[in-house]
Amino acid sequence: MNIHEYQAKGLLRAFGVAVPEGQLATTPEEAEQAAKALGTSVVVVKAQVHAGGRGKAGGVKVVKSPADAKKAASDILGMTLHTPQTPPEGKLVRKVYVEAGSDIADELYLAILFDRSAEEFAIVASTEGGMEIEEVAAETPEKILTVHVEPNVGLQEYQVRKLGFGLGLSNDGVRKLLPFVRGLFDLYIAKDCSQVEINPLVVTEQGELLALDGKINFDDNALYRHPDIAELRDRDEEDERERAANEIDLAYVGLDGNIGCMVNGAGLAMATLDMIHYCGGTPANFLDAGGGADTEKVKQAFKLILCDENVEAILVNIFGGIVRCDLIAEGVVAAAADLGIRVPLVVRLQGTMAEEGRKILAESGLDITPAETLQEAGELAVAAAKGGAA
Amino acid sequence: MAILCDKDTRLIVQGMGRMGRFHANLSREYGTQVVGGVAPGKGGSEIEGTPIFDTVADAVKKTGADASVIFVPPPAAADAILEAANAGIRLAVCITEGIPVLDMARAKSALADSEMRLIGPNCPGVVTPEQCRIGIMPAQITRPGPVGVVSRSGTLTYEAVDQLSRLGIGQSSCLGIGGDPVIGTNFIDALALFEADPDTRAVVMIGEIGGSAEEEAAEFVQSNMTKPVVAFVAGQNAPAGKRMGHAGAIIAGGKGRASDKIAALEAAGVAVAESPAMIGRTLVVAAPELAA
Repeated sequence: MNIHEYQAKGLLRAFGVAVPEGQLATTPEEAEQAAKALGTSVVVVKAQVHAGGRGKAGGVKVVKSPADAKKAASDILGMTLHTPQTPPEGKLVRKVYVEAGSDIADELYLAILFDRSAEEFAIVASTEGGMEIEEVAAETPEKILTVHVEPNVGLQEYQVRKLGFGLGLSNDGVRKLLPFVRGLFDLYIAKDCSQVEINPLVVTEQGELLALDGKINFDDNALYRHPDIAELRDRDEEDERERAANEIDLAYVGLDGNIGCMVNGAGLAMATLDMIHYCGGTPANFLDAGGGADTEKVKQAFKLILCDENVEAILVNIFGGIVRCDLIAEGVVAAAADLGIRVPLVVRLQGTMAEEGRKILAESGLDITPAETLQEAGELAVAAAKGGAA
Repeated sequence: MAILCDKDTRLIVQGMGRMGRFHANLSREYGTQVVGGVAPGKGGSEIEGTPIFDTVADAVKKTGADASVIFVPPPAAADAILEAANAGIRLAVCITEGIPVLDMARAKSALADSEMRLIGPNCPGVVTPEQCRIGIMPAQITRPGPVGVVSRSGTLTYEAVDQLSRLGIGQSSCLGIGGDPVIGTNFIDALALFEADPDTRAVVMIGEIGGSAEEEAAEFVQSNMTKPVVAFVAGQNAPAGKRMGHAGAIIAGGKGRASDKIAALEAAGVAVAESPAMIGRTLVVAAPELAA
């Protein structure tokens, strides 16, 4: 799960990590008030959307008076932001964060994440703050410093010193980095984060360390023990269909093709997308109905797939292990009866109770194209979608 | 032979809820020795013919169990894994999906000094055809033979096994290692087991996007495997930044793409199936003597 910058800064502050003063605003008037309240000569008005690259896209403005803050907020609020990280349709800006300007002497990069290969936490730092870290890693890997933190040992001070001196900080800077990284690490562990990224981490003219931007992601599997974090979820930032799927416990990812997919199991669902591409088609979605797929869930899944107006054919690919194909078949029949499926339907059932399932479909009188193998399922679905388009 | 489990394996079930009971019964019907269940507070009772114990230690002492399958819900799953290790279990297979990364990172680190092998979590388990079923796989699609199957996915494992069986090629053991970021047994561990198993003559490895386990496996194949390995990598058309069902299946920061994994595997001499429908046929091409 992602949260907004202003929420991330609230968490950072709570864990003792220095961040600039700031206030959230949803109207230009609020932004003006916020700038007045901050009382600094420079304020920054920042679009709050779940995407990086806001500055280049015009979502961040540096201004010198409350009146200009109002003007900047009125420009940014309601705009659709297009950055490399936003979906193709862009992201509507609904709120801005008005923040005190900082005297920047130097910009650094600092992040904590989980290194899957090492199976340890990694703290990554670089002197190249404010840049895309992937680019820095690709072009100047020597400018990336990494220390690994063993999960049962936790952060040690020597690790922070190693980073601090490696970054070329002064003795005083290294001393200040200790509580800064300690706070970040405590936050990372206490709230089950999957990533905490401070880019840039600035050294001010006065030699203080400040988190100028903050991006925090959380481990979805751990949200059950962090109701405070779960509350930070901003439904407006999520894809409508992915959100609906999430609510009925289906894994769904919208894609831009025309063949709707319903599959059980994440691996087979990914492979089904690959199969469709291999056969010359394009999938409209990834959908893993999961191990608990039954009649009701199948119906819900169909509803979701049919919400997508681009869908011209649907491929159901079930390999029953825990899932029973007869229950899936009943779901398909029920969905067809209730929803009136308007597009060709190709169904492949294999594994547990597959015979029974195929029989249910054959006897339903519905216009369903059965498929035996994965290859055949892919070919039939692609042909059906092309037929629909003609 | 085979790997991990056989007809002598003595299995207990940790977490005797609906799923645990259901699959305990299926495993027993398949011929697996299911010798007990663990449900704290219910020790001394019986659930559907399975004797129940309060602790894993108790179950091990009284039944001689050497393997455990874990169906405990996510908040208590890491604890269940560590309890199994503490009780001297040799093989623990954790089916549970949704365990926080932090819990698994700590548990995995704590297991470093343990003798226990962990499979999973978030995995379908392991089947040695006609001998032993641990987990949730539909064992009826397997048949005994010379090919080891290892996969990060559940249903895609079934797909691969089904393709092999339809071509008349049986399996030594079929193993799902799980779709989470932290898993007990990775591709390299599984490949090493298959390499050492005299009954295995070739290996099918099914990877997916996310992480770098396939790249690491490719290196291992190149320097350590004498047996032919064929592979498929799912998610060749997955968009970046989206979690594709499995917690670990995500292309993040330009890393974990299927194309990189396929390139690494091919460079290591692994034949990679072009489409998921060609996994079986790719094996036949790589090891024609097995199809006879």
